[in-house]
Amino acid sequence: MSTTATAVGVSSKRGIWGGGNEPLKASYGKLMMWFFLLSDIFTFAAFLTAYAAIRVSYPTYAGPEDVFVGSNEYWPVPELVFDALPFLHGFHIPLAFVGLMTFILIMSSVTMVLAVEAGHRNDRADVTKWLLWTLLGGITFLSCQAWEWSHFIHGTDSGSMITYVNNLGRVVSETIYGANLAVNEYGPAAFAQLFFFITGFHGFHVTIGVFLLFLAFYQSAVGVYERRGHYEMVEKIGLYWHFVDLVWVFVFTFFYLI
Amino acid sequence: MATNENKSSLNVIPRDEEKIKKIWKTALILLLLTAVEFVFAFTLPRGLLLYAIFIGLTIWKAKYIMMEFMHLGEEAKPLFYSIIVPLIFLVWLVIALMREGSDIFMIRW
Repeated sequence: MSTTATAVGVSSKRGIWGGGNEPLKASYGKLMMWFFLLSDIFTFAAFLTAYAAIRVSYPTYAGPEDVFVGSNEYWPVPELVFDALPFLHGFHIPLAFVGLMTFILIMSSVTMVLAVEAGHRNDRADVTKWLLWTLLGGITFLSCQAWEWSHFIHGTDSGSMITYVNNLGRVVSETIYGANLAVNEYGPAAFAQLFFFITGFHGFHVTIGVFLLFLAFYQSAVGVYERRGHYEMVEKIGLYWHFVDLVWVFVFTFFYLI
Repeated sequence: MATNENKSSLNVIPRDEEKIKKIWKTALILLLLTAVEFVFAFTLPRGLLLYAIFIGLTIWKAKYIMMEFMHLGEEAKPLFYSIIVPLIFLVWLVIALMREGSDIFMIRW
């Protein structure tokens, strides 16, 4: 008997060579989720650092706030670009909408951690309830982002006069409304490109998160986890969802505040 | 049959109100830090100091999310360090790219 007593914990279901050995005291799935998230941290960090590098290579708009005009000669001030709210057309309400989005995502992270906590207690009713709230938060956030993108792409009423090289290779000066990957009314082309790639990549993560949350909500509601005997899947999806929130905290600071 | 299906086969542990209270407290801290960032965005002049404050507050928030929500602090120490230590590479990335960006600025303008 004494020979089987090792320093590492061995699961009774699998042998020591069958994956039952857990030196980090976390299951295979949880461990791999952590390492995936680490690689994802690098992806997002590369995006945000590239944003910072491109941004410092341009001068920043330094004129008075009330006469701000977009130009590809200088980097725009975020609070003068992101100043719109749904149903309040033409009002200048800087950063309010993105603040609301941040609030929604942080709250959905809180309901997620409450679901994980309920999972530790094997409380099926609580897990299902909190997962539903998290799911609603995720869908609301995505809807907000859809509006934000739509507004960014369609632009303001006045637009801006931009001089740029068009896709035929000619230098043209014309009034630009909204944004695409080639030209935009807010600032240099890189500004809109980075907006689309960074918030788009984050939104893609949120979309996957919403699918996973729906899966967890459905499975906990019909009792799959109860029959399985544990709620570890909720915990793993929870890690992913908190990561999405973590990334948004950084996107919010680097894209909308600085 | 239906009642049998709904009956829990697992032992449901009652709520620990202390733990739940701590989660809501963390949420409040996160929202307060975001509110502070908001106020600073409109009251302080733009500049290096403000950016440093923003980045500091953001890392502070990240710490709360990773430690309290993702329970990274409760994991085994080797797992904790295998997540935290590789982030050192990001320090180099930020320094290298910021240097590069400001050099491009000097050439262009």
